[in-house]
Amino acid sequence: MSIEDLPPHGADRTGQPVLEVDELTVTFTRRGEQSTRAVDGVSFAVAPGETVGLVGESGCGKSVTSLAVMGLLPRRGVQVGGSVRFDGHELLGASDRTLRRLRGADMAMVFQDPLSSLNPTVPIGTQVTEVLLEHRDMSRKEAVDEATRLLDRVGIPDPARRLKEYPHQLSGGMRQRALIAMALACSPRLLIADEPTTALDVTIQAQILELLKELVVDTGTALVMITHDLGVVAGLCDRVHVMYAGRIIESADRHELFARPRQPYTGGLLASVPRLDGPRGAPLHPIRGSARDVIPWAQGCAFAPRCDNAQDDCLTEVSGSTVPLEYDGPGRELRCRHPLSYPSTPAGATASGAAR
Amino acid sequence: MLRFIVRRLLQLIPILLGLSVLLFAWLRALPGGPAQAALGERATPEAIARYNELFGLDQPLIVQYLRFLGRAVQLDFGNSSRTGRPVTEEFLERMPGTIELTLFAMVFAIGVGIPLGYLAARKHGSWLDSASVIGSLLGVATPVFFLAYLLRLLFAVELGWLPGSGRQEVRIDATRITNFYVLDGVLTREWDAAWDAFTHLVLPGIALGTIPLAIIVRITRASVLDVVNEDYVRTANAKGLATATVRRRHVVRNALLPVSTTIGLQTGLLLSGAVLTETVFAFGGVGSAIFESIFARDFAVLQGFILMLAVVYVLVNLLVDISYGLLDPRVRVR
Repeated sequence: MSIEDLPPHGADRTGQPVLEVDELTVTFTRRGEQSTRAVDGVSFAVAPGETVGLVGESGCGKSVTSLAVMGLLPRRGVQVGGSVRFDGHELLGASDRTLRRLRGADMAMVFQDPLSSLNPTVPIGTQVTEVLLEHRDMSRKEAVDEATRLLDRVGIPDPARRLKEYPHQLSGGMRQRALIAMALACSPRLLIADEPTTALDVTIQAQILELLKELVVDTGTALVMITHDLGVVAGLCDRVHVMYAGRIIESADRHELFARPRQPYTGGLLASVPRLDGPRGAPLHPIRGSARDVIPWAQGCAFAPRCDNAQDDCLTEVSGSTVPLEYDGPGRELRCRHPLSYPSTPAGATASGAAR
Repeated sequence: MLRFIVRRLLQLIPILLGLSVLLFAWLRALPGGPAQAALGERATPEAIARYNELFGLDQPLIVQYLRFLGRAVQLDFGNSSRTGRPVTEEFLERMPGTIELTLFAMVFAIGVGIPLGYLAARKHGSWLDSASVIGSLLGVATPVFFLAYLLRLLFAVELGWLPGSGRQEVRIDATRITNFYVLDGVLTREWDAAWDAFTHLVLPGIALGTIPLAIIVRITRASVLDVVNEDYVRTANAKGLATATVRRRHVVRNALLPVSTTIGLQTGLLLSGAVLTETVFAFGGVGSAIFESIFARDFAVLQGFILMLAVVYVLVNLLVDISYGLLDPRVRVR
């Protein structure tokens, strides 16, 4: 397992998950409209120094999951069920005070659009120091010094000058770095990154991912990486949970997942990524249909309408039960009745690349 | 910054030239004339001709205009045909009254409007919210003169709580320094005069401030509702900041940007003379002066006042633009 490969510095409770999400459900209700269940029984855990990816298309519920964990969903019109434990303490139903004490200090989040996620009328410096002043016993001057160090650490050149500038004066990459600096200000034990690289160009993307990777290694932070980009997963995540229509449909170690995807959806995702090492002119294989072609999980596998392997018993009506998330070999879980199969290979062969 | 200010001030020149031509043409197009107004309907043609000759009104229009322009650049707009006093002197006496009234109205509108709009947004969907929306609609829809008469009738005539006309009780013999009556009272330590002038501002100030108040409530409310859904407010919450800090630094500050624009525009409007309100309350500001001068065909006062008000309006807007940059770094002028 790759957790052992990354010795987490400063984390004394090795193996004990920092975050445990259990049967999380999020339902949005609006007056006069049918309620929608955006997250439907999602469970996963993240250990110190581990990077867990939540992967899926837009609208699959990955961002809502992260907001639910942080307690940042609006109160009105949203019901959150299940359990979210941080360090063993239940967060769902915790008081606003408790959550505010945890957020920013012990658990932090990096958002996707760095420009809109920064306050346009407040200098970067204030936006960094306000976290420090809120959660750490620091004087204003100490906070400014610490903020300078933080900006330097995330690779912003000339940090003392940048502190006085406003978000619009920074480049996209620098803004994302500044957001990361704010998230890291109090050395959180859990960092949730919600598509932190989507708004950035490719070279900057690589730098930001490298930065996050270093952080996990250096500080033993547990990282939840939310993304639709399999390239990000390949470069960063230890474990991957693939989500579809609000549920996890496949969980596996990164190398396992890339080598032998079992859910046809995961297989489709991998097949639709262009590969440099493939033959020239090889066509891409998109998943047919769109994310709107879903059936409710109660009626069968939500992916069935788009799935090439789908058979009659994918529907609840035929099989008599909904498709469960089941054990699928060591460290793997799968929600599928007709998974992709592979000719049996010696156990070590595909996992040879597992050690990093 | 300095270049920005100079450029804006230079823009004043074409504005004033254009305005003066329009004014000149418009005034001469009015039926009747200053002679008729001054001498009455039964004045003989000879008397009118003599009057016109005396005031140079018999000259060709272009000559009149150039003569007017030549004196105007030296801030000499001639004498009022009604009172015989220099227009500039009258302006300096009247303008402070309008400024005081505008300040009172805007302080009232801002002081009530921003908190009310903010609360309405915080309690979105509550009775307070609905009440503020309906109330502000009423505020915008009520004609100012109607409200002014209503306030005067109720608080001045019926209840007698507040004075309902003028800028100061006649029996108070106050010393004038700046013509800002409240300020004069404070400067000369004539406290009763200052207080009396202040109470004279209350009713017209409220009547005048109602429309800006209603607009400010609506804009503040809409703006706060917008800003609380912004990503950066979510970021602030994700940082675990205290609710008060999130509100003050991240919500209110940004929500006030559109409000400040409105405040600037409204202030400019009120300063250029609240004709209706000033007339109802017989308040001696520029608005009532313009109103009276139109009836008297007092060309000199109209030309002088309107041009000087245009300057005031442009200056206020310049101030607004500069202060906007203080609030929003993205539009800061260099």
